[in-house]
Amino acid sequence: MSFEQMTSRAQSSWEAFCCHDRPRILVGVATCGRAAGALEVVEAFKAELSKRSLAEAVTLAEVGCNGLCFAEVLVEVKATDARRILYHGVTPAMVPRLVEGHLVKGEPYVPRALAVVEGPELDGVPRLEALPAIENQVRIVLRNCGVIDPTRIDHYVARGGYSGLRRALAMAPEAVIAEISAAGLRGRGGAGFPTGIKWSRARSAPGDEKYVICNADEGDPGAFMNRSLLEGDPYSVLEGLVIAGYAIGARSGYVYVRAEYPLAVARLESALARMTENGLLGRNILGSGFDFSITIKKGAGAFVCGEETALMASIEGRRGMPRSRPPYPAVSGLFGKPTNINNVETLALAAAILQKGAAWFAGFGTEKSKGTKTFALAGKVERTGLIEIPLGLPLSTIVERIGGGVGKRRTFKAVQTCGPSGGCVPAQFLDLPVDYEHLAKVGSIMGSGGMVVMDDESCMVDVARYFLTFTEAESCGKCVPCRMGTQHLLRILTEITQGRGTESHLEELKKIGDTMQKASLCGLGQTAPNPVLTTIKYFEDEYRAHIQEKRCPAGVCRKLIQFSIDRDKCTGCRVCAAACPVASITGEKKVPHAIVQETCIRCGACRRACTFDAVTVR
Amino acid sequence: MGCADVSLAVEKVLDRYERARHNLIPILQDTQEAIGCLPEAALARIAAYLDLSANDVFGVVTFYSQFRFRPPGAHHIKVCEGTACHVRGSGLLVEELTRKLGIEVGETTGDGKFSLERVACFGSCALAPVVVVGDKVHGRVTTKRVGKLIGEHGGPNDPSEAKSEEEPAEA
Repeated sequence: MSFEQMTSRAQSSWEAFCCHDRPRILVGVATCGRAAGALEVVEAFKAELSKRSLAEAVTLAEVGCNGLCFAEVLVEVKATDARRILYHGVTPAMVPRLVEGHLVKGEPYVPRALAVVEGPELDGVPRLEALPAIENQVRIVLRNCGVIDPTRIDHYVARGGYSGLRRALAMAPEAVIAEISAAGLRGRGGAGFPTGIKWSRARSAPGDEKYVICNADEGDPGAFMNRSLLEGDPYSVLEGLVIAGYAIGARSGYVYVRAEYPLAVARLESALARMTENGLLGRNILGSGFDFSITIKKGAGAFVCGEETALMASIEGRRGMPRSRPPYPAVSGLFGKPTNINNVETLALAAAILQKGAAWFAGFGTEKSKGTKTFALAGKVERTGLIEIPLGLPLSTIVERIGGGVGKRRTFKAVQTCGPSGGCVPAQFLDLPVDYEHLAKVGSIMGSGGMVVMDDESCMVDVARYFLTFTEAESCGKCVPCRMGTQHLLRILTEITQGRGTESHLEELKKIGDTMQKASLCGLGQTAPNPVLTTIKYFEDEYRAHIQEKRCPAGVCRKLIQFSIDRDKCTGCRVCAAACPVASITGEKKVPHAIVQETCIRCGACRRACTFDAVTVR
Repeated sequence: MGCADVSLAVEKVLDRYERARHNLIPILQDTQEAIGCLPEAALARIAAYLDLSANDVFGVVTFYSQFRFRPPGAHHIKVCEGTACHVRGSGLLVEELTRKLGIEVGETTGDGKFSLERVACFGSCALAPVVVVGDKVHGRVTTKRVGKLIGEHGGPNDPSEAKSEEEPAEA
């Protein structure tokens, strides 16, 4: 089948999917949707439709994540008119109402309608693109997430999929690399190295056998950009990988994906099978004479395997330990052959660039940071989720507009970018443009895109200790600065959070951190001190409160805090007593309660449960 | 699972793979999938098949956190320790589980019903904190819900909890 035949077939199947006369229900069933109960909602729709004998007449499809994770379970409903409504917080109990009211009678259920996706206005319901969470976003990487059925390759093709590959195959490999360079694409996995230069080094390295690898070992806690993309649109990533293979002269590629992402693995496997059936993988791809195959390798649970040399050792069947560079993978990588490794998002962007051109891509972002970047926005914001913004957007827009701020009762303290390798950006830099240069200037890094928001109830010393717990456990132990450095940083931070901090500790932390940055073998050890050093830099007063006053200002470090009940505010409702896991709250109904300090475990459950602000912490 | 079953299961896995080192990790993953863990006899057989030393294979198994030597409980509970889950209180969930089940992280209850593990990040940060029981992902879990989850799977029902849950309804 020719490319033209494939696209025309895809076009008609996409038109049928989007056809205005036919009622349609889309349910977001990525991992985040499933955690909120999306599969139960799908089952409820199936049951309701078959009960009403509508199963044949209505399209019910499972799509990926549109990024509005805070509003899960998300369901888009369209009756026989052109209006598509996105509902939020859908439960199985709501399903009969949506079917009866919206599908059958054509009356949308306004109280749960989040937005009008398409079609005529609806009173009291905003347009999707006008939602504060959406209006500043530009979706290139996530162009198909939540829009297409990720098991249907024709949906991807109908939306321009593989036209980038087709264009690339008609160009000389050098011209493909030039296009990527002209677009100004930089690696989206962490360091931001120019992708064009990386590709051209692997291309010019001597050798007949070369490899390309897609690094989908998204290990940073607090990051889920790659997972969502692989679950919602695996095709764009694989298209980028084939293009990379063609550009550098490789005939085989690997996708190294985390074992903790079972749905992403399943989506990738299904996408590979569909691509092979359609002549987009295997021999003589699209009649170009180019042969290429892709193998999926599942990780086995080791954070350090996100580092490229460790990742290659893991594919080879060894302990995933990094080695010193040079030689760089471009010269001697997987099985000793020239190898090019790119992040999931970089490859999805490469496919988009080949489809729409370098100039189009370079039109987004800033002078040195072109294009868009996805971020996983989590932590203490009202609207958590997956976002994609043009680089250079101010941090405040992300936290306050897109994320909806930290809520009225709390104050914003900092954003932690890039998990355990990144740093904290404090509130005073809220107007900082988010791009590679500006983040580096304040001591953080762009990284892969994890963004965890902290408020006044987040203890920065505890956050630093948390990250060190992680890197200390994940350090592979090969080089001393990282192995011993993480242990010592963790020990000191633990002492400080437990009230045993001393005056010399701050200097020790800085000295060890500095040594690790300079002397560690790989990125894990070089960046592991970042959370400690940036929190000391911006929140030294919090460290001092722990060390000198044996006090945790955020009310987090348990050895240093005590909960008590304000007798004037307490109404005696017993809600806190019910929430207490260790039955340490006494007092009769309608009489102010008290906390038994001897048995209290300082978990704070009472404070979260109290609706009268009567539980205080100090 | 008896010794004969183990060796049968391992042979079935080995049948699918060429004798090449780069197949070691997929072989270990498939073996663990089939048996539930990686017993010593299975490792020795895999090492022989790939012409590697048992020591070499053991080194790989212990390096990756996915591999285990003992079978998990009938209901394997994984608590996410990602950043978002941490700041939203996943540590409290671990404590609640250890208290309720009477086991530490990495252990299995005496009756073999539950085992408890902490996992780096499931990538469902927007629904933090996240707990996975078997294959089912639960989002926005509270200490109260943890108790219910265990109860639903035939775990210990703390009488003090049942009592305290009734009280706010009266209030």
